[in-house]
Amino acid sequence: MRPLPWRAAKLVEIRQETRTARTLAFAVPGWPGHLAGQHVDVRLTAPDGYSTQRSYSLAAPEDGDRVELTVELVADGEVSPYLTEVLEVGDLVELRGPVGGWFVWRPESARPVLLVAGGSGLVPLMAMIRARRRSAGLAPFHLVYSIREPAQRLYPAELDRPDPGLRVDYLYTRATPGGYGRPPGRITRADLLTADPDADCFVCGPTGFVEAAADHLIALGHDAARIRTERFGPTGG
Amino acid sequence: MAIVSRGFQGRRREESVKLPPGQYLTYDFPVLSAGPTPRIPLDRWEFAIDTEAGQTHRWTWPELMALPAEQPTVDLHCVTKWSKLATHWRGVSLDVLMADVETTAEYALVYSYGGYTTNLPLEDLLDGKAWIAYAFEGEELEPQHGGPARLLVPHLYLWKSAKWVRGIRLLHEDWPGFWETAGYHDYGDPWREQRYQGD
Ligand SMILES: Cc1cc2nc3c(=O)[nH]c(=O)nc-3n(C[C@H](O)[C@H](O)[C@H](O)COP(=O)(O)OP(=O)(O)OC[C@H]3O[C@@H](n4cnc5c(N)ncnc54)[C@H](O)[C@@H]3O)c2cc1C
Repeated sequence: MRPLPWRAAKLVEIRQETRTARTLAFAVPGWPGHLAGQHVDVRLTAPDGYSTQRSYSLAAPEDGDRVELTVELVADGEVSPYLTEVLEVGDLVELRGPVGGWFVWRPESARPVLLVAGGSGLVPLMAMIRARRRSAGLAPFHLVYSIREPAQRLYPAELDRPDPGLRVDYLYTRATPGGYGRPPGRITRADLLTADPDADCFVCGPTGFVEAAADHLIALGHDAARIRTERFGPTGG
Repeated sequence: MAIVSRGFQGRRREESVKLPPGQYLTYDFPVLSAGPTPRIPLDRWEFAIDTEAGQTHRWTWPELMALPAEQPTVDLHCVTKWSKLATHWRGVSLDVLMADVETTAEYALVYSYGGYTTNLPLEDLLDGKAWIAYAFEGEELEPQHGGPARLLVPHLYLWKSAKWVRGIRLLHEDWPGFWETAGYHDYGDPWREQRYQGD
């Protein structure tokens, strides 16, 4: 078996999603394709040969040589400030993947799906939402998305557009839009009460968020074997 | 030959520490698991070693606590790129647990509460290289880090150090575990950067 090769990835498009997050579209010649939920390893190399790697989820379903990532700035970070503030169209990074054969959703599945996202944990779940829409899938999807405040929502226009069979609930932890029914606060069991108890669950976000959400789902009677998790980092909303 | 990314400098490196390729240093303790964190009450906990001949050796929690413990200080390397140095653990060496186990098996399949599995050659569990660990930095091991007890086999990527460990099955053949079936490397040596199949 041959190793997954490092491939040159040229930035072809930038979309600023929020003040601190942007979507980067790369052209990656030879990209083998991927499933919704998988991620890539990104490698950056400095002129003196120093290099470092981080993982980023694939934000969109397979699309030829095009690979999209959405990166949220982590203050004091080594890689995310470079990707969100320095990298320009035409610049090169190296990328290898796709990686991860467990946290994936396949369009063939008609089973109900619950997506629970904390902050940038939405990224791989958005790839699933997009893959479902593209395949005109019949699986009912329910997204529960927790962010600090409205301005932090990723892909707001796309998620506000009607998408039959997709339900979206927002949880705000610090500040809500005017007149919002739910007071600001972290995810509780009540926030997951209306989820289909038989759904395939994908939970993604900072570690603390994933721990809390997965514990609530277990307490509500979800089968642990149907809960798949991806933990992005140690801290955050 | 690596491609240089324009304008990338990287963080000031600490020249004194040498990390495996592609790893960076962290001071927190990140968590990686494929599903929810199982909670196992100690009065129902047990650890087993199942031999290829069908014999099972079992330990309850009080029996594990009664065995001589070691306090290894080890470096951890996670396949998601972070490394954490000089972590302090307390646990029972696999050499102690294997002392009375008769086997000619070459492979081990480690299994956990919650259904996780991982495989490795049996020799990687012996000769002071692996522990059933139940305390971290002087505290009992938290559930999200694998408590009440996890395998600790620090010379391999951390996914081999199965959290919530429940037993070890000794086998003549190598049997891929959870991440090994999902595209990760069969052996997982961080110094040879064996992250994914084929590395
Ligand atoms: C499988 C996987 C998929 C991922 N997908 C994405 C993605 O789609 N989009 C995305 O933006 N990120 C994603 N991440 C997180 C990403 O890999 C980096 O950890 C993140 O960009 C921070 O890297 P950094 O170099 O900027 O910070 P570092 O230099 O690594 O860390 C700087 C400080 O920030 C803390 N920190 C590290 N990561 C986070 C975090 N996620 N949140 C808050 N604090 C943190 C560190 O503990 C440290 O104190 C993913 C991680 C994994 C494991």
